[in-house]
Amino acid sequence: MLAQIFQISLLNLRNLPQRLGSSSVIVVGIGGVVAVLVAILAMAAGFSATLNRSGAPDRAIVLRGGSSSAELSSTIDNRSRQFVGTLDGVRLSSGELYTVADIPKRATLLPSNVVIRGVEQSAFEIRPEVRIIEGRNFSPGRNELIAGRAAGEQFVGIDLGAMVELRQSVWEVVGIFEADGSAYESELWTDLAIAQSAFRRFSLISSMRLQLEHPGAADSLQEAFDNNPSIDLAVTSEEEFFRGQSQFLTTLITGFGYGVALIMAVGAMFAALNTMYAAVSTRTVEIATLRALGFGAAPVVISVLAEAVALALIGGLLGAAVAWFGFNGYTVSTLNQGSFSQVAFDFAVSPDILATGIVWALSLGLAGGLFPALQAARMPITRALRGD
Amino acid sequence: MKSFPLIWSNLFRRRVRTFLTLFSIIAAFLLFGLLRSIAGAFEMGVNVAGVDRLMVSPKYSMVDGLPISHLAQIEAVEGVAGATHMTWFGGTYQNPTNFFPKFPVQPRVYFDLYSEYIIDPLQLDAFERIRTAAVAPADLVEEYGWQIGDRIPIEGDIWLRGDGSDLWEFELVGTYTVRDDESTFASFLFNYDYFDEARIPDTQGIVSNFVVRVTDPDQAGEISARIDAQFENSINPTRTATEEESNRQFAAQVGDIGLIMNSILSAVFFTILLLTANTMTQALRERIPELAVLKTLGFTDRRVALLVLLESVLLCGLGGAVGIALSGFALQALGPELQGFLGQIEMTVATTLSGVGIALLLGVVVGLNPALSARRLPVVEALRK
Repeated sequence: MLAQIFQISLLNLRNLPQRLGSSSVIVVGIGGVVAVLVAILAMAAGFSATLNRSGAPDRAIVLRGGSSSAELSSTIDNRSRQFVGTLDGVRLSSGELYTVADIPKRATLLPSNVVIRGVEQSAFEIRPEVRIIEGRNFSPGRNELIAGRAAGEQFVGIDLGAMVELRQSVWEVVGIFEADGSAYESELWTDLAIAQSAFRRFSLISSMRLQLEHPGAADSLQEAFDNNPSIDLAVTSEEEFFRGQSQFLTTLITGFGYGVALIMAVGAMFAALNTMYAAVSTRTVEIATLRALGFGAAPVVISVLAEAVALALIGGLLGAAVAWFGFNGYTVSTLNQGSFSQVAFDFAVSPDILATGIVWALSLGLAGGLFPALQAARMPITRALRGD
Repeated sequence: MKSFPLIWSNLFRRRVRTFLTLFSIIAAFLLFGLLRSIAGAFEMGVNVAGVDRLMVSPKYSMVDGLPISHLAQIEAVEGVAGATHMTWFGGTYQNPTNFFPKFPVQPRVYFDLYSEYIIDPLQLDAFERIRTAAVAPADLVEEYGWQIGDRIPIEGDIWLRGDGSDLWEFELVGTYTVRDDESTFASFLFNYDYFDEARIPDTQGIVSNFVVRVTDPDQAGEISARIDAQFENSINPTRTATEEESNRQFAAQVGDIGLIMNSILSAVFFTILLLTANTMTQALRERIPELAVLKTLGFTDRRVALLVLLESVLLCGLGGAVGIALSGFALQALGPELQGFLGQIEMTVATTLSGVGIALLLGVVVGLNPALSARRLPVVEALRK
């Protein structure tokens, strides 16, 4: 039995090149499905990875109560800021001013929201992943800024040594920094005090970053805020904060990817069915001869299925390869609804996503091969031999 | 047209094959209808914005805000027929997925400027008269099951109240519709005067942007420049552009949605082209003796070629029409679900027509080669097969 299956399948696969034209329909159809699915899932994965990399478990962010998700709409006054500094469980804190400015994208030349973050020196201790890779850090008290690597790549005029006009004042880009591929790499950083005066914020800040003594400290901080009626602050662990920001777009893109791939898959499945029915019908005499020689129905079914699955696998691999070579590491920048600013991220084709693509390809191959295979096995031998 | 029954029965002589091909084409055009409509939702604000309206925004970033005192100066600029202001409110109704834009506005002037927004005059009076009044687009009211007179709570995030609360409550006094239903943003509108009094005193008098109607749309460029010149040296400089241009700039921030949709669609159509071409070639190959018989009976070469071509056009046209119709139904069914994510999604006439056009074109491209071979078919040789 196994030998039969093996022989027929092999015979079948050897004949494949003769049916190249029609077989390519399966390969291209399923390849297209897999390429689209993998590319879109890689986009969602890249986006959420970029934001998730921005958070650490032992760091927390403090915002004004009510502006639960956005640094942009939050303001914290000096008194609240000092209160936070006195609390137990806070190892280090950095007051930060967060605003956005319009800078044209290199790709479209249209103005886009770029984050400008005024920070204290402690910001660098709290975020050890931020490293200057070119130039130097800004000097406190001067109109100097450092740019995240992605910000430099995406936006016009953000080059080392260049002068940038932001809200009527001119800044020199003195350094480029990396931050483990996180969302911070899409930002421009400068000295807090300079930013406050340039953007007329006086002593106000937007948010605070805290280095906690231990990851659980956030809960006791929130309790301390709630127990003080003159304080209106909310604390969130940084991980949770960024997860919340990525959730919306990640869900949207993932859902979109599966939706599109599903409809394409239906189309590709019908195409595969068509091809396999045609393949079976051109091999009618051959299959009947095999049956007459004593080959069973099962080997015939399996041989047709094997052909469909083999073609689907080729298609799946090709599609995955197209997505991998075409998109892996491809950088795009979009408006993150959560922060109302541009975040650059790379498409990330992961083994998981590739596996999903291949599973889809194989399932489609099976679905497209099943009915034609059954038809091949059910063929009445005598009539088929006559070529009816 | 006499040949239509012949073409029809040729098309369906191999039912399984034709239907399978048809389903693939339907799937392709279902995707076409959906993806183009989604891309359209992002471009919509651009296409339907008023031609005679300008948008005055803060020069450096839309988050900055402008002082309301700019309004009087803008109104005085030559060529300005009317102006009002609007403020991005943000805020959440019940939960964050209930997304719709909310703006405090000057009721009467706002509806004057957005002349495509239609509201009952009595309701507009109430909107102007009642301090905490709000009006909403009819479809939004329907979606959330609101009634006139309902109090609608909105949790503020950007704008907090001076009394320390972040809860704003508005009384729904009216609904409006948009002429031709081409709404840019289905916005929830409420009274600016109430909003301004109630917000934290430090933040009073700040608005997001101004909307300006010009006397002559052809002069939009000059008028924009005059407005910006007014404020160039103030601490709140402006950037003025047509409503269309500023919507386009904002949509572009999301990224090139159109490009992504079109890349997916090219992948889809490439596949469908290959598949349908394959089917048509197969169909022709099987039918060579028949075509030879037709030629023997006196059908001209041209007519036989046309029969083959029309068969392919019919197949693709049928698939295209059904696919586009399906996407229309799907959008109607999914519309309310998607609205929270993507705003108003509609199947436009343009999408429908271009879909049908592409389907017919696909039919011609796919059928051309088989048709030409049918035309060249030597009768004697073909009969012998």
